[in-house]
Amino acid sequence: MSELIWLIPLLPFFGFVINGFIRNRAPKALIALIGCGTVLGSFVLSVFGYLEIAKAREAGELAAITTSLFEWFSVGNIQIAISFLLDPLSAIMLLIITGVGFFIHLYSSSYMAHDAGFGKFFAYLNLFIFFMTILVLGSNYLVMFIGWEGVGLCSYLLIGFWFKNSSYASAAKKAFVMNRIGDLGFLLALFFILETFGSLEYTAVFSEAAGMAVGDSTLLVITLLLFVAATGKSAQIPLFTWLPDAMAGPTPVSALIHAATMVTAGIYMVVRSNVLFTLSPLSMEIMAVVGAVTAFVAAFIAITQNDIKKVLAYSTVSQLGYMFLGLGVGAFTGAFFHVLTHAFFKALLFLGAGSVIHALHDEQDMRKMGGLRKALPITFVTMLIGTIAISGIPPFAGFFSKDEILAHAYQHHPIFWVLGFITALFTAFYMFRLLFLTFFGEFRGTEEQKRKLHESPWQMTTALLVLAFLSIVGGFVNVPEVLGGGQKLAGFLAPIFANSDTQATGMHLSHMTEYVLMGLSVLAALMMALWAYVKYVKNNKVPIADNSQHGILYKLSYHKLYVDELYDTVIVKPLRGLSLFFFKYVDRMGIDGFVNGVGDFFIGSGKGIRLLQSGHIGFYIIMMVFSAVAILIYGILHI
Amino acid sequence: MSIFYLVAFLAIIFALMTIFTKNPVHSVLYLVVTFFTLTIHYILLNAQFLAVVNFIVYMGAIMVLFLFVLMLLNLNEESEPMKSNLVKIMGAVAGMCLIATFLGAFKVITPDNEMVVGNAEIGLVKNLGKVLFNEFLLPFEISSILLLTAMIGAVLLAKKDPKKV
Amino acid sequence: MENFVTQMQGVPLNHYIIFCSIIFAIGVTGVLIRRNVIIIMMSIELMLNAVNLLLAAFSVYRGDASGQVFVFFIMALAAAEVAVGLAIIIMVYRNTKSVDIESLSKLRW
Repeated sequence: MSELIWLIPLLPFFGFVINGFIRNRAPKALIALIGCGTVLGSFVLSVFGYLEIAKAREAGELAAITTSLFEWFSVGNIQIAISFLLDPLSAIMLLIITGVGFFIHLYSSSYMAHDAGFGKFFAYLNLFIFFMTILVLGSNYLVMFIGWEGVGLCSYLLIGFWFKNSSYASAAKKAFVMNRIGDLGFLLALFFILETFGSLEYTAVFSEAAGMAVGDSTLLVITLLLFVAATGKSAQIPLFTWLPDAMAGPTPVSALIHAATMVTAGIYMVVRSNVLFTLSPLSMEIMAVVGAVTAFVAAFIAITQNDIKKVLAYSTVSQLGYMFLGLGVGAFTGAFFHVLTHAFFKALLFLGAGSVIHALHDEQDMRKMGGLRKALPITFVTMLIGTIAISGIPPFAGFFSKDEILAHAYQHHPIFWVLGFITALFTAFYMFRLLFLTFFGEFRGTEEQKRKLHESPWQMTTALLVLAFLSIVGGFVNVPEVLGGGQKLAGFLAPIFANSDTQATGMHLSHMTEYVLMGLSVLAALMMALWAYVKYVKNNKVPIADNSQHGILYKLSYHKLYVDELYDTVIVKPLRGLSLFFFKYVDRMGIDGFVNGVGDFFIGSGKGIRLLQSGHIGFYIIMMVFSAVAILIYGILHI
Repeated sequence: MSIFYLVAFLAIIFALMTIFTKNPVHSVLYLVVTFFTLTIHYILLNAQFLAVVNFIVYMGAIMVLFLFVLMLLNLNEESEPMKSNLVKIMGAVAGMCLIATFLGAFKVITPDNEMVVGNAEIGLVKNLGKVLFNEFLLPFEISSILLLTAMIGAVLLAKKDPKKV
Repeated sequence: MENFVTQMQGVPLNHYIIFCSIIFAIGVTGVLIRRNVIIIMMSIELMLNAVNLLLAAFSVYRGDASGQVFVFFIMALAAAEVAVGLAIIIMVYRNTKSVDIESLSKLRW
């Protein structure tokens, strides 16, 4: 199997190429077949890869298969190879990417059926899968960087898929620019790694780094830069504002790229580099703080949003914050576990939201929904499962992963736990708010919409059902020891963290404490669900128009803490002013003035001197004679 | 020896007359005389071949050509365009400057004031012929092509345009 | 004749140089002060002859026949030049009815 590993990225790439060429000519069914088929092929291969790794793990091996395809370039004594690494971490990531990716492709084949850019859409999606698999498969940082940049590009292309709408196009630009800031961090980190370790291969870097002292300043710089990259890609403070805007893209894109896979690339990268991170506790601390604050802030914002996709987007930011909190407190397995479960239920929620939007003919405002549970039963049930999963109510997937993170956070410092706990409360509240506003009460849309309400076609519901199933059972892969589970995932991933400082990842809370923490968060989540029920179903309260009387907290939340405005004032406007200054004064007057001035000088002097060219030969000759005389005199004087 | 100075003096006088005479026909005649004095100079240098060539080519062919053209164009004193006095003075001053500079240059480089005592044989046709057809054979042939080209060019230029006639 | 020549060879080289310079300068002055193209060409001939004579003088002085060969070539060149030049003048005269050099001032800005 491992010799076929290169087919995993290559199949979607073929899909991209073929779909790219035939996108305007081929029937949609063929395009969908190619698009879904190639990803399905990758998925099957990934499953085989996973089985092989799993078998090796059961045999107690380290299970890291490196497949070197070819040497990309070699400069001096640096050799960069295109090579793939299949190990437990990348095997699971591949399963998520190709598995969830396949169902989202399937979903899209129906969701996008009436879009003129159907072929283009599938080509982009396939390209994304290609880059994402490259990202996780790479066995060195540069290959990862290729994927890293590639998924950023695909994200840009897909956010701006409906580029005729200028605000969508600018959302795409925003995402791209924000990602570029992070990418710069990644690039600098690459240079530092190359400088420090002389190689970009994971094995070489990690084995060398393992011998370095804890708190090494170079490692600190590298990890901080990597973390900057992660904040860009995974939408953490301060670079998180692009993700909510990225909802401009088609909903399957939001589900695939901006919920399940691409945004978790940052977490994947940190988990991959755990050796480096565990050696620089300061970076871990910063990561934990940033993650916790992001989780809290995003959840706080999500409470008041009325756009169904915006709620989910902030929810994604919040959950990503959770993951970083987990990483920061050393719960690498927990964070990665959350990546896994989050991929299931967040993709499910997005696809469910897409189903709702589809049924309502592109209505995204929850205030104009309501009472949809009868019209969209499958969507309702699956969304309910997703909501329960994300709220952390057992035994659904979110509960296990979230609690593992929270337990580690508590162990690290209770304040992190408090932040995480409050975030969990918010999460439960806004998710049930979303559910109740959408599916309960009376329908608040137009008659026209009501008449046309319909459940989505089988491609969409299949994806929903599969993901709902995964959201239910996904948590059981890593049932914590305290609940009598075997922590299978942790055991499976163990070789990844073999070189790390085990102090950071160990768990030594008493069972009692863990029970209390779990009980608290479950209870709180249920309370919140109840509160939301009372507020939005019993009292039938609908969020009122934008500019109404609200408390300051509500306003803060509704206006997303004014972060966009803050960035606009602090960064964009001064930059624009500076650019304008440079444009007007430095470029136009300074550089243009100088360049044009030189030109004007010669034109002017030419105009003056050409008057001497009178056409009178006598004048020329007399000049010639005088010049000859002058030259002779010069010669005489200098002999 | 004094013949050199006499002839040189005459040459300068006639050269001046050439450029200062108003009537172009007179100018040509003075030029012929100037060339004649120069021919005498060649003889004095014992450059017999050059003297003969100078006599035939310059005084004969070229001067006749000039005269023909002048007469062809029917130029005379009345139709002669003259420059303003200012320009004339300017020109004269420029010429003086040139002479002054030349002389100054000679003064500076102070050439050893030797007598021209040459080999009496080199100016003879026999010797020149040997040099010409040994070392300078190729330039000699090329100069014949030059003359041919000049002839064709002159004929083409001076011929009346058949379309205009 | 022999005696005559040897007698004449007592002229210093400097004097040849000065004499030729004067003739050359007269040629230059002629070019400067006349407007008749034919006279200008004649002045050019004067200059050429001045140089010719100087070349011959140096040739005799150095005992090298090359100088006189050069003079020969210059004469051939001068003949060609005069032939073409006069042909051009005839053309110009035909077109402008004048041999005034000032009328030939089209080649300017």
